[in-house]
Amino acid sequence: MLNKYPLWKYLLLVFVLFLGGFYAAANLYAPDPALQVTGENSAQLIDASTLQRALTALEDKGIAHFDETIDENGRNALIRLRDVDQQLVAQATVSRALGDGYIVALNLAPTTPSWLSDYGAQPMKLGLDLSGGVHFKLEVDVDAAVERRMEFYLNDTKRVLREERVRGLVSQDSNGRLEARFNSEELREQARALMAQNSPELVLDRVDEADSWNIVATLSEQKIKEIADYSVSQNLTTLRNRVNELGVSEPLVQRQGQRRIVVELPGIQDTAEAKRILGKVANLEFRLVARSDAPAADKQRFEYRSPDRAGMTEWLERELIITGERVSSAQSNFDQNGQPVVNIGLDSEGGVMMSRVTSRNVKRRMGVLFIERKYRTRYEVQEDGTEAIVKIPYDEKKLLTAPVINEALGANFQISGLDSPLEAKELALMLRAGALAAPVTFVEERTVGPSLGAENIRLGVKSVQIGLALVALFMVLYYRVFGIVAVVALSLNLMLLISVMSLLGATLTLPGIAGIVLTVGMAVDANVLIFSRIREELRNGLSPQMAIHAGYGRAVATILDANITTLIVAVILYAVGTGPVKGFAVTLSVGILTSMFTAIMCTRAMINLIYGGRRVKTLSIGGNSAVTGEG
Amino acid sequence: MKTIDFMGQRKLATAVSVLLLLVAIGSLTVRQLNWGLDFTGGTLVEVHYSDTADLNAIRGTLNSGGYEGAIVVSFGSDKDVLIRLPQGYSDKEGAALLSALQDAYPGDVELRRIEFVGPQVGDELREQGGLAMLLALGLVMLYIAFRFQFKFAVGAVVALVHDVLITLGFFSVMGLEFDLTVLAALLAVIGYSLNDTIVVSDRIRENFRKLRRAEPVEVINISLTETLGRTLVTSLTTLLVLVALALFGGEIIRGFAIALIAGVAIGTYSSIYVAANTLLIMGVSKEDLMIPVKEGAEQEDLSL
Repeated sequence: MLNKYPLWKYLLLVFVLFLGGFYAAANLYAPDPALQVTGENSAQLIDASTLQRALTALEDKGIAHFDETIDENGRNALIRLRDVDQQLVAQATVSRALGDGYIVALNLAPTTPSWLSDYGAQPMKLGLDLSGGVHFKLEVDVDAAVERRMEFYLNDTKRVLREERVRGLVSQDSNGRLEARFNSEELREQARALMAQNSPELVLDRVDEADSWNIVATLSEQKIKEIADYSVSQNLTTLRNRVNELGVSEPLVQRQGQRRIVVELPGIQDTAEAKRILGKVANLEFRLVARSDAPAADKQRFEYRSPDRAGMTEWLERELIITGERVSSAQSNFDQNGQPVVNIGLDSEGGVMMSRVTSRNVKRRMGVLFIERKYRTRYEVQEDGTEAIVKIPYDEKKLLTAPVINEALGANFQISGLDSPLEAKELALMLRAGALAAPVTFVEERTVGPSLGAENIRLGVKSVQIGLALVALFMVLYYRVFGIVAVVALSLNLMLLISVMSLLGATLTLPGIAGIVLTVGMAVDANVLIFSRIREELRNGLSPQMAIHAGYGRAVATILDANITTLIVAVILYAVGTGPVKGFAVTLSVGILTSMFTAIMCTRAMINLIYGGRRVKTLSIGGNSAVTGEG
Repeated sequence: MKTIDFMGQRKLATAVSVLLLLVAIGSLTVRQLNWGLDFTGGTLVEVHYSDTADLNAIRGTLNSGGYEGAIVVSFGSDKDVLIRLPQGYSDKEGAALLSALQDAYPGDVELRRIEFVGPQVGDELREQGGLAMLLALGLVMLYIAFRFQFKFAVGAVVALVHDVLITLGFFSVMGLEFDLTVLAALLAVIGYSLNDTIVVSDRIRENFRKLRRAEPVEVINISLTETLGRTLVTSLTTLLVLVALALFGGEIIRGFAIALIAGVAIGTYSSIYVAANTLLIMGVSKEDLMIPVKEGAEQEDLSL
């Protein structure tokens, strides 16, 4: 029989639509405004009494809250609020009640019911342009990292030549290349062999001048790429650590392209502070442990950072050996006895300073300090009676480790005597987190205020609704029953689009909403194509059933061609574009795919249910053709 | 249905297209595009005043604050103000500017957004945008050449270049700001206009195979007439949502919507005239489309 779908096709459709509805449903539950309380460091746990203090403070202010939870590790507490307008007041109240040592961040707590979240259904994430917050784009100065490495080779080459008593002049030219000059070809060949053995990464070229036999050494492209890669991924790790200091509920730190890093901080408005923390060059200090007879003016006392050694302190000299800026690498490893160690690499200048100090102080101990910026909060009553919050920054310095110096150290040395591989790993991480591997510059910064974000959502939703209503009205007037079918399919398409976006964990942005609106306009195209073909077939004298069959059959190939080409464009947009363009490309491509499903399969199923498998005299498809056809 | 003699007007259409292209290219060379912040770099601050904002007073404040070259315009309503600083100010200037404005105003000045774009980013974007455009055109041409035939691919790409150039020209002539979302819109225009062109090409191919004795001009006229209703209706539905977006979507998205409206309008025209016209100029004939293997299948289809 013409125009009847087999049962399995209907079942499949219902199944897909059910899944779509299920995963889209999570977006119907608006998130609650909430406060997220975390300890300033991982040792600071949140217990019931801490939470109670916060709640009491809220109640005193008359701020309604509910459903307070502490997660199983005791790291996070979440307090949901009734009223979004009270969120800022509540934040100030709670951070005042808890005092320093806790980070109170604004958050939106999902209200997804467990029957949805148990199956992985989550609402779409909102982009910064919708939620408000700061977006930074940083560029890693890879050239500086390469230059630093060349300096290392310069000093290293000088050292090797000196040790092997090969007389020559080694210098660095303005392009960063190493140039070594020798008085005879013999000397040069000797030096070349040494350099090739000592630093195999260098590309060594022979250049002859009048009385001078030279070697010009450069880094291979491969090696430069490696250094660049390393410094960007290293910076990424460091920035992640620093972002955590800011106490943002859902930060994003992501690499973009060759040398860029994108940092997104929802809910943050104070960009100056954020930038200061992100852009900080180093926060490590290496100092000698003070002799017991050192005068008090020359030493300082520091606590250990690790919670395992809570309360233990060491006296360190006031004088610095080096800061974390000089640390170029730190890796946990095992020594020949299988004991955990951390290998540390310094840049050339750091190596010189380290060896100068340590050669005179073998058998003493050296402390490594980790520096974090913290705040003391004071509440001052101003002249007009309002209370101002004054944040006074201070640096908290805590001891990571204080190993014994066994021998004079150079640019590469090792910390051993660690308790476990885990400790070695953590120490290496902290050492690396202490410094940016290469300097960064801010090349882009966007701040969106929370009111603009809310307005963008409102406007976006409104234009989707109006656009959808206009199209629906037109389709129903122009194509009658078929129009209604198309409108139902269009709504299903929106539902599927939202569910796929939620499943992919895609972020909804303003251009993304524009993409959705455009999809609404384009998704009906497929139906217009099919319906006008059916009308045409009716005019050509086909019976209604034949016309439906032929109309769908002929139009599908065209729709495929048209949509595949649009998809090509969308994929290119995604690959080349950044930020807003990417968001648009994602919704556009997902929309094209779901629209093919709904506009072809779903409408066909509905038309089949309405007209299929029986004798039909007329089709309600608008235009003159509605009354033609012989049935 | 009566066949409309579209191709009878092809000389006129060609003239119109060439004229539009000349105006577009002329304006793009002379006036160039009003590049947005994404491309030029610089700082942009949007603020919301609690009461009607006095733009001249704000300009005065900025001048005395040493912000030379600041452009102050109202944005959407008389309470919303957009301030743009040229390249050269540091990335910290946005916040300082905001506090200067607040100090000079008794009511509340609320920050809506600050955008800072460094000089490196803009050039790269222009390069990337151009690259994306060329890549899209190239791949689309390849796909059509593979699915249809080379002459159709040329026709489609000529139509696309036509649409993109004229939309760009429209932005240049009107002095509308060209930012990243407009670039996205332009690429969407490529996708959309292509959609139309393919539907028309598909019908032309079908009719060349079906109407064996007809002249190419006739075949194209018949095909265009048959698809006219569809072409107009799809453009109309898309325009409906775009107009909704332009009117209700807010200031930030307006440029995007306008670019698409212009693009869709021109794309509709070009799928009727430019693509088909190019086919005729290249002397398309049924021999181009006769694939012996496919013929049998075609016959079967017709007997349905």
